[in-house]
Amino acid sequence: MSIEKGRDITISVLKFNPRSKVSKPHFVDYHLEETPGMTLFIALTKIREEMDPDLSFDFVCRAGICGSCGMVVNGKPALACRTLIANYPTGKIQLMPMPAFELIKDLSVNTGKWMDAMSKRVQSWIVDNGGEEVNIAKMEQRVDPEVANETFELDRCIECGICVASCGTKLMRPDFVGPVGLNRVARFEVDPHDKRTAEDFYELIGDDDGIFGCMSLMACEDHCPKHLPLQNKIAYLRRKLVALR
Amino acid sequence: MKINYCDALVIGGGLAGLRAAVAAQKKGLNSIVLSLVPVKRSHSAAAQGGMQASLGNSKMSDGDNEDLHFADTVKGSDWGCDQEVARMFVHTAPKAIRELASWGVPWSRVKAGTREAVINAKKTTITEDEDRHGLITSRDFGGTKKWRTCYTADATGHTMLFGVANEALKHNVDIRDRKEALSLIHENGRCYGAIVRDLITGELEAYVAIGTCIATGGYGRVFKQTTNAVICEGTGAAIALETGVATLSNMEAVQFHPTPIVPSGILLTEGCRGDGGILRDVDGHRFMPDYEPEKKELASRDVVSRRMIEHIRNGKGVPSPYGYHVWLDISILGREHIERNLRDVQEICQIFNGIDPADEGKKGWAPVLPMQHYSMGGIRTKPTGESTRLAGLFACGEAACWDMHGFNRLGGNSVSETVVAGMIIGNYFADYCLANDVTIPTSTVQKFLDEQDAYLNEILAYNGSEDIFKIKNRMKELMDEKVGIFRDGPNLEAAVEELKELLVKTKQINVKSKERAGNPELEEAYRVPRMLKVALCVAKGARDRTESRGAHYREDYLKRDDANWLNRTLCTWPNKDDLEPTIEYAPLDIMKMEMPPAFRGYGAKGMIIEHPESEVRQAQVDEITEKMQAEGKDRHEIQDALMPFNLPMNYKERNERAGDK
Repeated sequence: MSIEKGRDITISVLKFNPRSKVSKPHFVDYHLEETPGMTLFIALTKIREEMDPDLSFDFVCRAGICGSCGMVVNGKPALACRTLIANYPTGKIQLMPMPAFELIKDLSVNTGKWMDAMSKRVQSWIVDNGGEEVNIAKMEQRVDPEVANETFELDRCIECGICVASCGTKLMRPDFVGPVGLNRVARFEVDPHDKRTAEDFYELIGDDDGIFGCMSLMACEDHCPKHLPLQNKIAYLRRKLVALR
Repeated sequence: MKINYCDALVIGGGLAGLRAAVAAQKKGLNSIVLSLVPVKRSHSAAAQGGMQASLGNSKMSDGDNEDLHFADTVKGSDWGCDQEVARMFVHTAPKAIRELASWGVPWSRVKAGTREAVINAKKTTITEDEDRHGLITSRDFGGTKKWRTCYTADATGHTMLFGVANEALKHNVDIRDRKEALSLIHENGRCYGAIVRDLITGELEAYVAIGTCIATGGYGRVFKQTTNAVICEGTGAAIALETGVATLSNMEAVQFHPTPIVPSGILLTEGCRGDGGILRDVDGHRFMPDYEPEKKELASRDVVSRRMIEHIRNGKGVPSPYGYHVWLDISILGREHIERNLRDVQEICQIFNGIDPADEGKKGWAPVLPMQHYSMGGIRTKPTGESTRLAGLFACGEAACWDMHGFNRLGGNSVSETVVAGMIIGNYFADYCLANDVTIPTSTVQKFLDEQDAYLNEILAYNGSEDIFKIKNRMKELMDEKVGIFRDGPNLEAAVEELKELLVKTKQINVKSKERAGNPELEEAYRVPRMLKVALCVAKGARDRTESRGAHYREDYLKRDDANWLNRTLCTWPNKDDLEPTIEYAPLDIMKMEMPPAFRGYGAKGMIIEHPESEVRQAQVDEITEKMQAEGKDRHEIQDALMPFNLPMNYKERNERAGDK
């Protein structure tokens, strides 16, 4: 890492406040000097503090863990906090809010509202068929380490919404549960604590707004920042559920 | 005026707040959770390493129990903790983890057979017994006698948060995100809810509740170099302080973590060292054994952080554009281990620094430097979680000073505290809401709402020349420079004085956009003064505490002074226009302790000014223990005789273990 003068870069941001009567969507260019290791988190914070205190965006963990900062970077949805400016050789970056979600302002979209509804829709929790409350003073249920690991691999989804913003079906079919919702189902299907059967999952997602809506365009998996095996899991669920009818 | 009524109001949607809300909801209460961000984005998600609970399942944790966990926690706290609370905590932790397992948290499990592990930089073979196969496993962390930290690879907080958040959805907890509490509604020493701003519409609303529980996390962002998420600004604690009634406690007890990566400050989990990673200096030399021959890299966090800075001061740091750092080497664990158990660590190194930590030799070493990490202090509560001064106000998690961490928290004890406190305090909180009712005139609610409304208008009307972002950044630098890992009187005094000046300057700003909604600068303008008040509690508390205890380290007062300072700091802010907090102290009662103050077992010896009661109480403890042992009493009965404690629900029930005889 050198401390020489950095490149001059231009970050072009779509600004729009849907709550304002006068605001119209427009791009604003911000010019700044690149510093070593500069991410979009660092750049946007600098822009807000020094150039435009009115610019809205969402960051929480700034470490690629919480999923707050999905936005469209030069045409592709990505987590802004772990997008390095250095990876863009022209030094020109265009930022837009993610599509498919309600726009709050500028780069800020309401992923939380969408994810909450999705979680309720696919009942994204352990269903044990009204079994007795677990006695937590007693030994825990055993789980094979491989199965626990398989569940964990699917539980790593951070619900950032990048797969939804990448999804062709979602843009045509507003009620589509999205790759994130299908992944949630796949996760509980693996978990031995969950007693739901394939029939139960069919009730939740066995239609064109669910597992049969996916067109296998694969952009969800291409853009997933956690590298989840979304296509494999969707294909697996589809085979399993289609066999029921 | 829009008033939302509920039984139980929880402010903060991380692990502690959500778990408390589930407790309230399960008791039939109507509970609302308010959160700055969608709850699954809370800072709890960032906890990588794990959660301490003395299950004793794996080979290296066999024989673990509540007593060992208790002793580690008390020593870790440098005897600054409330031992009754520590007991409540260690007894409930195994239940918390088992409950989470039943809620679907995919804990890593014991696999029967042999595997290789790196212990003290040497490859070692561990054989797990067949009869433990499939039980929850654990890893090593600093300051613990047994391998006690349960985990899901290095995404423990994430899996826990999703498990608890989904359980809250299942029980129909009313979760409202992008809502920020600006003040607490209170009258005659009782809290009745909060005035809340909708972060999308900018609208002010009142939330009136029987009980209010603050679970807003820590205040790391008053420092510049911190591992905390950007939302950890301590303003939840600040609104409690601004009541002028509730107290904040031990705010000077700030933990610095040894291994955030330079320069971003993103944390590389203690699991790196727990799993066998080591620290190296500019020459590639492993230096920790020179300072701490017994615990080495796994001494407690305050000790390791100070040793790193000490070594850098001795000229052994690695120079960089961001100052000096040392190296963390996990490549010795092998690529397979890293790619399975430390994958997020690997990704952070790759994405933010262009390093693959699995690469052997210097190529894979990650630059690390201690940075602010955890706030041991917070809203002072009783063991039930209720504020000691403001009835109906509860606090849990990092926002609270429930006081099980004292002056230094052990790794793995914070995520553990979030859910354990959520269970215990959540139930006491729910009981309070069941036993009381709301008796507050609407006019009082209106008064509190009008106050915040007027305050926002006042801010928008400021016509000065100061810049709120610059004030905030100066505060952060100041805290790093003068209230950091090593502290002394003159620097702390200077910090207090400048923080007061900055607080004055927050009224001499000019907010460019006059919009009430969607105006980030306005949000800074009302948050920064609250952050400054928190920072002042930290700096003044540190200035006045003339001893070194846990993470609070005074170069001008090197000894832990039990004779004069075995107490809790209490801060209040009685008048709105005060420029600094009022500080009092509450003593810790040695004669009620199960473990009277002694040497911690790591760090330098002979650095304690002893309290005369320590010896007296120790003799009592020994006598009772010997007598009861002779009578054939078991460890639970002896413990109960030494220091009885209560728990709600059936949490007092004994924890079953695979190793039970």
